[in-house]
This record gives sequence, C-alpha cells and structure tokens, in this order.
Amino acid sequence: MKRPTPDRLLSLVVIAPSLVAIAVFVYGMIGWTGFVSLTKWDSLRPDYAVVGLVNYAAVFTNPRFQIDLRNTVVFTAFFVLSSLIIGLTLANLLDRRIRGESIFRNVFLFPMAISYIVTGVVWKWLLSPSSGVNQLFGLDPATNRWFTDPTVLSISPESPAGHVLADIGLGFLASTNIGIPVAMLSIVIAAVWQMSGFVMALYLAGLRGIPDELREAARVDGASEWAVFRHVVFPLLLPVTLSAVIILGHISLKIYDLTVAMSPQGPAYATDVPANFMWQTTFRDGLYARGAGVAIVMLLLIVLVVVPYLVWTRRQEVEV
Amino acid sequence: MYGKKLFAALAMVGLVGACAGGASPSPSAPIKVEIVSWWTTGGEATGFNKIIDLFNQRNPQWQAYNSAIAGGAGSAAQAVLQSRVLAGNPPDSFQVHMGHELLDTYVTPGYMDNLDDLFGANNWTSQFPKGVLDIVSANGHYYSVPVNIHRANVLWYNKKIFADNGLQPPTTWDAFKTVAETLKGKGITPLAVGDSGIWTSGQVLETILIGTLGADGYKGLWTGTTAWTDSKVTQALDTFKMVLGYINPDHSSLTWDQAADMLISSKAAMTIMGDWAAGEFINKQFTDYGWAAAPGNDKIYDALADSFGIPTKAQNKDAIKAFLTIAGSAEGQDLFNPYKGSIPANTTAGSPPASAQQYTDYQKSAMAEWKTDAIVPSLEHGAAASPSWRGAFEQAVTLFVANPDVSATQQQLASACKDAKVCQ
Repeated sequence: MKRPTPDRLLSLVVIAPSLVAIAVFVYGMIGWTGFVSLTKWDSLRPDYAVVGLVNYAAVFTNPRFQIDLRNTVVFTAFFVLSSLIIGLTLANLLDRRIRGESIFRNVFLFPMAISYIVTGVVWKWLLSPSSGVNQLFGLDPATNRWFTDPTVLSISPESPAGHVLADIGLGFLASTNIGIPVAMLSIVIAAVWQMSGFVMALYLAGLRGIPDELREAARVDGASEWAVFRHVVFPLLLPVTLSAVIILGHISLKIYDLTVAMSPQGPAYATDVPANFMWQTTFRDGLYARGAGVAIVMLLLIVLVVVPYLVWTRRQEVEV
Repeated sequence: MYGKKLFAALAMVGLVGACAGGASPSPSAPIKVEIVSWWTTGGEATGFNKIIDLFNQRNPQWQAYNSAIAGGAGSAAQAVLQSRVLAGNPPDSFQVHMGHELLDTYVTPGYMDNLDDLFGANNWTSQFPKGVLDIVSANGHYYSVPVNIHRANVLWYNKKIFADNGLQPPTTWDAFKTVAETLKGKGITPLAVGDSGIWTSGQVLETILIGTLGADGYKGLWTGTTAWTDSKVTQALDTFKMVLGYINPDHSSLTWDQAADMLISSKAAMTIMGDWAAGEFINKQFTDYGWAAAPGNDKIYDALADSFGIPTKAQNKDAIKAFLTIAGSAEGQDLFNPYKGSIPANTTAGSPPASAQQYTDYQKSAMAEWKTDAIVPSLEHGAAASPSWRGAFEQAVTLFVANPDVSATQQQLASACKDAKVCQ
C-alpha cells in the first residue's frame, strides 16, 4: 500500500468532522428512524419491541395516507410540469435580448426568495372563496371554491368507462384515490408562482451556454426558428431540464410548509400531504413508530426520484 | 436538509438542557421555576401572570416564570414538550388539557407524580365537582390541577337576526332544522363553521352525540359501555349530515374566530363553539350575542380545562406544590378566570376581590350551571379520549364533512374505538 502524502492526510483531517456529522446526523438518524418504524413505540414511553412491518401495514391501509399519496403524485406532476413549461417560456422570451431584461429577470426570480409560509398565507388570502380574486373579478364563491373545493376528478365506477375498466380487470382505477383533487390545483398555482422563476433562471443560464454558431449553422441549413429550437436548442437543454425536474421533484415530494400555511388538510384531505400526516401521527397522536414509518416511505419516494438521476449523471461523467 | 434540521433541533435541546442545569441556586438569588404554557398574549396571559405574580410575592425564595410556547391550543408546544419529557428534562410544570390528553400521553407511561397529597391537604376533593375529579384521575389517583373550566357545547346566536325573524334559539335538533330553514329562506347562513382546523366540525358532532345520546350515553362512548354501532349513533350522524347542509360553503377556509366574525357581521345567525367565543365577541365590541346550550345539550356541561401537574423528573417539586396550591385555590382561580373568559373549576370560587377584574354575565350564568349540570368530558379538547383516538375520530369527521356517508363513517368510528383498545 502506498503511504498517504501529507496533503492527503490533511484533507482527510479537514473533511473528517463533516463526515462524522453526516454519518451520525444523516445516515445514523435515517437508520434509527428505520429501526423505530419496526417497533411497537406507540406512546411517549419508548418501546423497542420489534413488531415487523405492522406499522407500514397500518400506514398503507389508512384511507388518509392513500389520499395523501394521490395528492403527492398529483401535486408533483402538475407542479413540475407547469414550472418547466412556464420557466422555459419565460427564459426564451428573456433570451430575445429585450430591453430591461434584468428587471424582468429579477421580477420573475423574486418569489423564490420568499419563504413558503409567506407564499402560503398570501395565496390563502388571494384564493379564499369569500375574498381575493373572487371578489376582485366578481366570481361566484359558491362555484369558484379554489382550495376549499371538495371535488375529485376521477372515473366513477358506475360510469360506462368505469364498467369497461372493471371488465378488463382494472376496476381499481375507477376510484377517487386515482383522481385529481381540484383543491390541490390551488396549491399548485402558489407553488408554481414561487418556483417557475427559478426554473427560468436555470434555463436562461442554459440558453446562454449554447453557442450562437450552432443556431446559425442550423439556420444556414434552412431550419425554421421552431426547428432550431426543437432540434438544436432543446436537446442541449436536456441536462438543465433534468436538474430542474430533480430539484422541483424533491421539493414537491416533501412539501409541508406551503400546504400547512395555505390549507393544512383541505376538504376530505384534498390538500393534505404525507409530511403533515407524519407530523400529526407522531406528535399529536403519539404514535412514534407509525410516524417513523411514514418518514421512511417519504424517504423511499424521494430515493426513487434522486437515485436514477445520480446514476445518470455518473454515466455522463464517465462518458466525458 | 434533514441533517441540518435535526442538528439544529438537537442543538436546541442541548441548549435548553444547559440552561436548566445552569440555574444553580445561590443563597441570595431566587430559584427559577419554569412553568410551560401556550398562553402568550391577551387576557389568558394576563390572567396567568396574575397567579404567577401572587406566587412570587408570597415565595421570595422562588421565582416562577411563564415559559410560553405560542400556538393555538398548544399544537406547537406539544412536540417541544414531548421531546423534553422524553429526554428526562421536563419543565417544573406544564399546561395540558385535563383528562386523557394528560393521562394517556404522560401519566400511563409513568412521567407524572400523583397529586393525592395536594388534593387532600387543600380539601379539593370536596371543592371540585365529582365530574372533574373523575376526569383528572386515573386508577384512583389525581394527576393534575385544573385552573379553569371551559364549556364546549354552547350555541351562540345573533340576537338581532333572531328577533327580526321572530325566532327562538332551538332546543332540539328538529327545532334547529326549522329555524335553519327559515334563515336559509332569508339568505342568511344558519350555522357558521370554520373548520380549517377540523376540530370545530368535530366539536359540532360532539355536541350532536351529547344531544342524541344524553350525558351517560355519551360518556359511555369513551368508556366502552355505549356501542359505536348503536342506532343512536346512526341517528346522530344523520343529524350531523342534516346540519352540514346549513353551513357556510367556505367553512374549510375559515378558522373558528372567522366563523364567529360572521355572526358579528350578521352574515350568519348561529355558531356552535366553546365559550372562548364570548371573548372574541367582547374584543370586537359586539354586544348583540345570545347564548344557549347547543340543541339537546341542556343541563349537560361539556367540559374541558387547562391543568397543571408535576412531572416525576421536575427539579423544584416543593415550589410547584406551592404554586399549584395557589392555582387550585378559590383565590387563584378568581384572579385568572375573569381574564381568561372561563369559569373556576373550584366551586368555592366565584367572587373576585372588588379591586380585581370581575366576571361577565356569561361567566356568571355558566358558573350557576356548572354547579347543577351533569358534567361530561370534551373529546375535541383532550378530556374524553386518548390523542390517537381523537385523531382517528377527526379523520372520520374530515371525510364525512366532504362526503357524508353515514354507514361508512359509523364503521370507521367503531373501529377507532377498537384501535384505542376500549371496545372489543
């Protein structure tokens, strides 16, 4: 074995405290939470008797958690997609070298600097049925219910489509647990308002990194502006898009502050999220082991998004 | 991210520990006595500080202070408190709802001392009503001293709207329906509800259960002597469904006080809320409010109380015993309750000294009823059932409010009772 050089030793010494801190406070705690989720700890007195996956069974059979999972998927899908589309559009508009570009850039980016709690409170005022936009535009509060709307868009088991699904063995799809809670879309509006400027900044940086020669070459070859965007610019923006999806995705999977400030649960849990469920299960109901189970499920959801990304970026690095 | 937050939380716990440990007594300086409450502002903080001042004045060797954690009904305080108790570093005393919230969270796991000596020495066993003594005790021992009593099952109404339409406050749920129909015809919201925190709707169902099952039947729900599958429970859920047809459509975006404000602005005629609503009306200088027991709830007092106990690992137990002696006495309760808007739990209280804040008309009428009514524990305010059972109850209510499916909800409530290991 080679003797380590003094440089290498020094770097190890410098890095050691943070390694230890991360090992204990991140991975140690994750491991501890995982262990607790397998125990019987259901009161303030810790009980480390291992009971296996009982807590996970209780979590997954809980109607509220099933609703929360649906909400998370719907929120993530709408939030990520809308932020990407709006962010990309804004970035392209700003990339036209318009006058006052820096003013617009800052205006679009500012919301990101605000805490989710503030955003939540403001949008709660704006979208409360009896105030805000309804009053401003004279909309009927009885039909424009925003985040208080209990409607869940789903396929009814009694509808023709529901019968077809049942016939081909997919009857479980015709349920409100596989649907779009309308109230959640109000939360999406607030979240998109906050984060699309950030996506715009990412894309703008990406656009500025694309050499003009490439576009010129395409134009010389007779490509239309749309074709230039579609076949030259957009493929080069793919890494930016992926980063944006990962960043937005992990934010939305563990979102808590925005929904708590705006609408903690909503009608029939239409705006409830797993983080809220975890907090209440643990600290209000005192079911520590079950709360730990919810935490682990949330972690796994995020791992599902982040790990493929890490693998992908690693491959890219190897190729380079 | 998680790591950072955890680290910060741990650092804070450490800091709190260091502070508590660092308060070592010196002969001259009084020993600090930490009492945790969630009373940070308004009348409740003023009233509580009156008790603390009295204690400090009489006991110069100690200095009690209100170590307040802000947050409605202690939702934020809970997590902090629980981690401190778990870490073996509790405050000297802390505010907690009397009943199962205290018993199931802290007493059963063995974190609290019993207060039998204190109750005996102060003759509280004859001064507090039996209904209260039942609620604060477990296995024949007393565990906390209630400093006040609030009533949860009150129907508040706008007197002017009722007079203009020739209406009387309804005494049964059938009468409620008639009154509500009249009001609805006039374009007035019959019942204001603000259930952005679902406990307000839960409290409405709680009063309906009391009104349908009676005091004993309702109490039995929480002890296992009344079955949740009983047809009376079905009837109560049907009534709840009917009541939900008369509430404001934006209920899930409002808080309870915003719902009470609908009475003030004459947008709504009634609201079912605890008697802290009186404080809201007084603060907003609204005088045209009337009150009655919720329909079917006459002669039944749905009680909740804030109480204080002694954690087993408290550092200054003698000080806390002296403090609780004042807090439970008629003198202490008459200092606190006029500001808090509640009534004294101690039946010998009720006449503050002339120089002090006096009771309002509502409080006087409630005190009279407190002495004669049947007392039942409030579910939504921690008295009747364990926090996890209440959580399951609230889950059923949340789903019911959006989609009133009586039989599914009754099944959920029945299985919640089984999960709580009270029903077989």
